[in-house]
Amino acid sequence: MREFGYQRVHDVPGAVALRGEEPAARYLGGGTNLVDLMKAGVERPALLIDIRELPLDRIEATASGGLHIGATVTNSDLAAHPRVRFGYPALTQAVLAGASGQLRNMATVGGNLLQRTRCGYFTDTALPCNKRSPGSGCPAVAGEHHNHAILGATEHCVAVHPSDMGVALAALDAVVSYETADGPGELAFTDFYLPVGDTPHRETALPGGALITGITLPPAPVAANSRYRKVRERASYAFAIGSVAAALEVRDGVVRDARLALGAVASRPWRARTAERALIGGPASAEAFEAAADAELAAAEPLPHNRYKVALMRNLVVAVLTELAEQADPAEETVR
Amino acid sequence: MTTTTGTPVTTGAVGTAHSRVEGRDKVTGAARYAGEIPFADLAHGWMVASTVARGRILAVEDAPVLAMPGVLAVLHHGNAPRVDAEFIGQLGQPDPVMAAFQHDRVPFVGWPVALVVAETSEQAREAAEALVVRYDTEPHDVAFYPDRPGTYLPENTPMLTAETAKGDLEAELAASAVVVDARYTTPEEHHSSMEPHAATARWEGGRLEVHDSNQGSKWVADELAALFSLDPASVRVRSEHVGGAFGSKGVRPHQVLAVMAATVLDRPVRVVLTRHQMFSVVGYRSPTVQRVRLGADADGRLRGLDHQSQSVTSTVFEFVEQSASIARILYGADAHHTVNRVVPLDVPTPTWMRAPGEAPGSFALESAMDELAEKCGMDPIALRARNEPGAGPVSGLPFSSRNLNACFQEGARRFGWADRDPRPGLRSEGRWLLGTGTAAATYPSGVAPSTAAVTAEADGTYTVRITAADVGTGARTALTQIAADALSVAAERVRVRIADSDFGPAMVAGGSTGTRSWAWAVMAAAGELREQLALGGDVPPQGITARSNTAELVGSLPPKERHSFGAQFAEVAVDVSSGEVRVRRLLGIFAAGRIVNPLTARSQLVGGMTWGLSMALHEEAIRDQMSGGHIGADLAGYHFAANADVPLIEADWVDDPVPDDPVGGIKGIGEIGIVGVAAAIANAVWHATGVRHRDLPIRPARVLLAASARPSDEQAASEDGSLA
Repeated sequence: MREFGYQRVHDVPGAVALRGEEPAARYLGGGTNLVDLMKAGVERPALLIDIRELPLDRIEATASGGLHIGATVTNSDLAAHPRVRFGYPALTQAVLAGASGQLRNMATVGGNLLQRTRCGYFTDTALPCNKRSPGSGCPAVAGEHHNHAILGATEHCVAVHPSDMGVALAALDAVVSYETADGPGELAFTDFYLPVGDTPHRETALPGGALITGITLPPAPVAANSRYRKVRERASYAFAIGSVAAALEVRDGVVRDARLALGAVASRPWRARTAERALIGGPASAEAFEAAADAELAAAEPLPHNRYKVALMRNLVVAVLTELAEQADPAEETVR
Repeated sequence: MTTTTGTPVTTGAVGTAHSRVEGRDKVTGAARYAGEIPFADLAHGWMVASTVARGRILAVEDAPVLAMPGVLAVLHHGNAPRVDAEFIGQLGQPDPVMAAFQHDRVPFVGWPVALVVAETSEQAREAAEALVVRYDTEPHDVAFYPDRPGTYLPENTPMLTAETAKGDLEAELAASAVVVDARYTTPEEHHSSMEPHAATARWEGGRLEVHDSNQGSKWVADELAALFSLDPASVRVRSEHVGGAFGSKGVRPHQVLAVMAATVLDRPVRVVLTRHQMFSVVGYRSPTVQRVRLGADADGRLRGLDHQSQSVTSTVFEFVEQSASIARILYGADAHHTVNRVVPLDVPTPTWMRAPGEAPGSFALESAMDELAEKCGMDPIALRARNEPGAGPVSGLPFSSRNLNACFQEGARRFGWADRDPRPGLRSEGRWLLGTGTAAATYPSGVAPSTAAVTAEADGTYTVRITAADVGTGARTALTQIAADALSVAAERVRVRIADSDFGPAMVAGGSTGTRSWAWAVMAAAGELREQLALGGDVPPQGITARSNTAELVGSLPPKERHSFGAQFAEVAVDVSSGEVRVRRLLGIFAAGRIVNPLTARSQLVGGMTWGLSMALHEEAIRDQMSGGHIGADLAGYHFAANADVPLIEADWVDDPVPDDPVGGIKGIGEIGIVGVAAAIANAVWHATGVRHRDLPIRPARVLLAASARPSDEQAASEDGSLA
């Protein structure tokens, strides 16, 4: 394998400064995706800046009653935190639906957002891929795409974002904070990922060299009644072929608040605002849930081998919303 | 041969549970595998594979790579030692993929085009990834689909009967009250042994020594000798521990490249294949398209049986997946036709993979039998009982033993089959529809000549030497038990040494023939030794050794149909709104002769059944039509069952005596466990949902599309690119 530098940093300004000195550097969190990509030759960093010792490993309540999650908090610690389990159960469920115990012990929250697609063309350097090698083409459109995008894709790229955690964060209105040499910044989660367009290699709105420092969840009573459900091709150790994160507040049979995000359908966790608008103020009925799902999926443009996803997502949205509506008392929500 | 083995006097080792004799070494890490045996002055080779599917190599630009740190050599077709691949080995002609670097032609993606050798594995890898190979690319064709042009009927060989036919099939089908005519497909599947292929070669005192991971060290040694035109006595291959093989570990490019490099550099060289490379150069199970036609009287008696299989091979070697052959054993019919056809494409050559033929063949035939039972309104087990043949359905030969009915009866009792409502789509639990299914299993119980040596040591212990292979199955332990009984001593006094080609010719660990073949040789040598010891006198310091060769004994076996049988039962839960299928339990009851070691036998059967589950629901290698290569050729992209997919699996057996058997009724059990499982699961999915799944794997996409399609709109279920 290629030789590369490795340096552990202990403070955020030092990390950002080091990154500024070496454009071909990468921040190393848990390494659960980056190291794989290095083995495959997709990533060839000159320097790994190990950020796991940064003081970003805390989960703390915010003044407004929300939650701030440091970027180096591990997936395992995030999923186990009582404030997350009871205040944002969909997030715990999403994290636990991903990877394995060993990987979750290594993987970090910041790294999770920046993991790359598992599209087989992206990870094989012998093949074209616009995301890896801009302008080389997207063979997935006419090739193997059974787990590719049905929403928001273009002919330049039909890959999906693999994160489970991100789907819950999209539904929960998370805000991503980062640090650059010029100071800190913030991005709403829905603005964090860029549209595919004709630049699928540009994935996030983070400024160059920026270090994700944390994620803030705003207070959201509706989130206490939330769920994440993932469907995959084996019972464990596989990425989603479709997933849903949803939160629902129902009173007197009427949907008062709703949050909905879809996974494994687009280049980013897909916030389903069209469906949310259809739901809020309407009846908490199966017909209304079906109509909301259909409204969101009306924009779907499936490829020949992934049209099953339209039916899958419709069924999943309806099933998860129905379960949430039937949940009599959100306080009884337990994490499985 | 002077000894008659007969039924040995037993001390009770055979038939009782023994943990693996090398178990402690394995769990403590003391056991060394081929890729981790230390050598002084070891160099490391890294294989470079073609990225094009068809063409010629124009240039291997080795000069820049030779200047990289630690690089010792770059071997390719322009400079590699010549080898002679025109020979017939123990198991036939070799796949030319192992005769690397002999010409400039590229017949598939993944074909070996160069080996970079360096001081360290990391340096070799970095240089290999930097090596530029230029090709003159030609258009390729890797599209496998039903009845595609180029499909042909292969010639018969000693290892292949392409076609059998008796009776007037069309007339019997026309006269049948009930007919099933269905097409089934299975995808390309891979062995995926946990341990990658690895070999270290060195010249030592004029001999070529290879430490390898294989299924037959004498087999590999003889093939290397033939390839490099060496005296077979000057080649020694050892393979002490093997982390899974499943048919993929014969002579493959890694040993040949290691020998080439060791010869050129005159120092030890190790070559380890990557997981990605294993998808192209160690063989795989061909995808199949199978058409099964069954015609029966209203009472289920078969009048016509037609099983046609189509598989793929490479353009450089013919390997035929004999999926239709299982019908020659399982069921008789007035008119009976089986045929195995093949089509060459620009893909790697397939090979034997656990239950070659029977694994995909049983999915088609045993699914079709379930469809016939449905159409006849019969219980699936009763239908099979009605069609039990008294003799080989094609050969007419008597069965050495056939206890398939007993397997079904015992399985039905333990599974609770009697309470089953045969109607589909009636049971549910929350979002899950529940169903149960069953299928028959069979696999040949073959035997092949082997030699063994048994030594009575002066200290009262015994040493057995035989070129057997323990590919993780427990063969070393089973042979210890067999030798102990044959010698009438405690197993603790027997030491079994295996997997060293210097021990002489023996059958490979393959085709469920290993234990039976080796057992016979060990029993024969032990019998001979006991006769010598019976003469009295002291054992000298060098011990007393008796040798055996079972060639004549094997040749004198009367012709019979010799097979193992089994009945597989599955319970599944299906969520048709998400497409998820979960197997809730599996039960396999087998008639597999005399079970030598119940502990490891059960483990091997459960392993086979687990693979059958994986075949039913998960496994499928995706070939990209544009590049001709795989997409996702690693263990993240190629899904097999994860722990969470594997439910309670029970494997057990019924008494299966084999009268007058010279090997005491021992059969092989390596393959039988996987056979029929996928059909039992598919049949259970039908019972749960009312939908027949004739294409494997039963992925969520297929379940979803079937659920959203009209019942008559069967085309929809295959529109997710099943054979693309």
